[in-house]
Amino acid sequence: MQLSVWTYEGPPHIGAMRIATAMRDVHYVLHAPQGDTYADLLFTMIERRDRRPPVTYTTFQARDLGGDTADLLQSAARAAYERFQPQAMLVGASCTAELIQDDPGGLAQALRLPIPVIPLELPAYQRKENWGASETFYRIVRALAASSAEGSPRRQREAGARPVCNLLGPTALGFRHRDDLAEVTRQVVELGIEINVVAPWNATPSDLARLPQADFNIVLYPEIALTAAQWLHRQFGQPHTKTIPIGVGATRDFIAEVAGLAGIDPAPVLARSESRLPWYSRSVDSTYLTGKRVFIFGDATHAVAAARVATQELGFEVVGLGTYAREFAREIREAAALYGVEPVITDDYLEVEARVSELRPELVLGTQMERHIAKRLGIPCAVISAPTHVQDFPARYSPQMGFEGANVLFDTWVHPLMMGLEEHLLGMFREDHEFADHAPSHLGAAPAAPQQPQLRVVETVTSNELAWASDAERELTKIPFFVRGKARRNTERYARERNVNLITLETLYDAKAHFGR
Amino acid sequence: MTIPAQACAVAPASDGVLRERGQREVFCGLTGIVWLHRKIQDAFFLVVGSRTCAHLIQSAAGVMIFAEPRFATAIMEERDLAGLVDANDELDRIVAQLLARRPDIKLLFLVGSCPSEVIKLDLSRAALRLSQRFSPGVRVLNYSGSGIETTFTQGEDACLTALVPVLPQADRAARPSLLVVGALADVVEDQFKRTFAALGIDNVAFLPPRRSSELPAIGPETRVLLAQPFLGDTARALEERGCRRIAAPFPLGGEGSALWLAAAADAFGVSRAHVDRTLAPLKARAEKALARYRAQLAGKRVFLFPDSQIEIPLARFLAREIGMELVEVGTPYLHRDHLAAELAMLPAGTQLSEGQDVERQLDRCRAARPDLVVCGLGLANPLEAEGLTTKWSIELIFTPIQGFEQAGDLAELFARPLLRQTRLAV
Repeated sequence: MQLSVWTYEGPPHIGAMRIATAMRDVHYVLHAPQGDTYADLLFTMIERRDRRPPVTYTTFQARDLGGDTADLLQSAARAAYERFQPQAMLVGASCTAELIQDDPGGLAQALRLPIPVIPLELPAYQRKENWGASETFYRIVRALAASSAEGSPRRQREAGARPVCNLLGPTALGFRHRDDLAEVTRQVVELGIEINVVAPWNATPSDLARLPQADFNIVLYPEIALTAAQWLHRQFGQPHTKTIPIGVGATRDFIAEVAGLAGIDPAPVLARSESRLPWYSRSVDSTYLTGKRVFIFGDATHAVAAARVATQELGFEVVGLGTYAREFAREIREAAALYGVEPVITDDYLEVEARVSELRPELVLGTQMERHIAKRLGIPCAVISAPTHVQDFPARYSPQMGFEGANVLFDTWVHPLMMGLEEHLLGMFREDHEFADHAPSHLGAAPAAPQQPQLRVVETVTSNELAWASDAERELTKIPFFVRGKARRNTERYARERNVNLITLETLYDAKAHFGR
Repeated sequence: MTIPAQACAVAPASDGVLRERGQREVFCGLTGIVWLHRKIQDAFFLVVGSRTCAHLIQSAAGVMIFAEPRFATAIMEERDLAGLVDANDELDRIVAQLLARRPDIKLLFLVGSCPSEVIKLDLSRAALRLSQRFSPGVRVLNYSGSGIETTFTQGEDACLTALVPVLPQADRAARPSLLVVGALADVVEDQFKRTFAALGIDNVAFLPPRRSSELPAIGPETRVLLAQPFLGDTARALEERGCRRIAAPFPLGGEGSALWLAAAADAFGVSRAHVDRTLAPLKARAEKALARYRAQLAGKRVFLFPDSQIEIPLARFLAREIGMELVEVGTPYLHRDHLAAELAMLPAGTQLSEGQDVERQLDRCRAARPDLVVCGLGLANPLEAEGLTTKWSIELIFTPIQGFEQAGDLAELFARPLLRQTRLAV
């Protein structure tokens, strides 16, 4: 058993729902008890979808157990087929139904419906949401693309014909998938490449049957689409992209990679394309961003991409990098090695909280969970990855990918930070009463430790042998609260390394000189 | 070929109630934790279940709630099911970990879920064992919030039922006491307490209490007044301990509140004249607050999907005090005994439905084109997109709506979506 206060990912059948809900003319029959219908509200409320997810829940109860749960599944599948007339049906079980071992896939196939019935085996006690989405997408692609007339290996395109690609990965309830898709589509079209199928977003089963007609695949979210893309590669010889176009550099690399797969010259498009990020980052106001210590956590794709943007395009320093997705631990380890930090690979929210608390970053780039952690610790935060929240589906156009995405990243990561001159004024005139820690501030209040007195968060503990002289302690309060933790930590480390037991004013400034800003 | 139960067209039974069986668009009993963990300030709810359970609770309020919650899930994993580890050892380890992190917790509920029920994990034995281990600092109780046994508000019923055996026994010589049962907003409790005092009933306690150290004593001299219509098991458990239930409608609206308070006063021998004198100004104030909304809502047709079992008292309020026309009143479960007074007050011929086949119910709803649909979060936006106006039913559980002073607020919840339609020009 695992103690979970918050979970980063839902169970795997939620991943399957994200695929089914993104598509059209697909229906998902889910063997599940009463109550599992809560999942509908993720889509109708968080994402504000105007239609119910295409899911029928068998809704078995205790009195059905050992009785006719199998009948229930068959009648639900038949009724769903008659009512919704889908082109294909997904059939699977949620966690409880997995335990009663009814074989929903086999039962539904036994109905001999005149459409493809695709059984999903999503082990709910081993796997989670993203894996479920990936597996579902792979199964549905495999079932529908393999049976298509074009299932034979891809024909070579005639000379002069426009190259054709598929865009794979955007789902329902995805973090900015709607806008990323628009941005990448624009970029691909600008390169003169035709888009054959976008999937699963708005795709029908018959669209999936046309997947093999493309020359190559663009994988927007490896967490969702990599398994399917690898199968398409094996089956039809379609190569796929590996670069994720988040940030200016990665977008340029992506354009070059796509052009390479399409056999065209990227130079004209690269020459034309521009983002405001490079100039904004080079403008003098941004010098205060230099070396800001940033903690990054999210799904692996967004976390790795954020680390590159943070270091190369904003001049931050990555002090922590992690993911909740164990399936992609390798990618995070490699990236963490690049930045010389210890990778944080855990789906335990409390462990992430302890790490942020220990590292005392100046900015957290994380999920909604880290936003909460950062709020409690009084650290500015921007959200870069799922799990999603109603605020992650903004009304405005707000992609993460492409050149416009880079502009969005600049704004959303920089705005939570204290602006340059403002920071100086705060430092110079600490005694101004409006600068007091509890005065209203766009950074939020000071770390509200008293709010949670009963909570034992791992803090940087002052060890017993280390004491602060009162004047040094007082001097510390003259430092703005959002850097005070770092100053305290550095000073104590400095003192400990030199076996100083009493931290005086002198120690404080010695440490300051030693560590620099 | 046998006709599958689900596809069966169900005609109203002889009592006129449409009973349906099919997909239910309702929460399971775990959802009650969302309000119970705030109501009992030193209690913690540990769901023993799956990742789905954890995901449900954190999503249930429509958006994620970001505060350190007093609930968590012990998520069962493959090795727990495969018997590679002893589930009880694992549970003990997690409870120890939890209590070490939250020393402020005095009452811990182990909450059973669908998977824990299916694998027959005995949480009552676990609760007993853990209670002994952590006594006297922490008391450990258990109940089931599983979807195979409970819908939505039945979780609160199960939780309160679990509390009944640990309520202290009142002295034999104790004077009569009133126990108000069902979680209410603190402000509503305080108002009721004042009104009961004005009526001359001062020995009043509430279940659940705000702190686990304030468990009310009960005995044969305890009269039970249900504040919520979904507490069948709790009432039975209290009756088994000798308490006597006061039959009453529920305190929604001016009329419901007056009848509810009067029923209690009657049981305590308060004179009718004193009751009338005490309640008259409160009733008048509620009527004044309702008048404005009555003007906006009278004659509008409302369709209630089943959600919390509060639908029948709500329908009675909407029909009698607001003048709305009831198209269909759905409830997940119809407790005829506790709702007897309510049912008698509904307009003759009101179409009731119990249970749900959501697709069929949606068909009926679309065909009827009501002015307002009261439904769950999974249905609201899709129905709005079809041009219907909706009120999310979960708000009726998360908002103070009981009592005279909240009668206007309750009506406003129904008026707001309609008012919004008239305001928007986009």
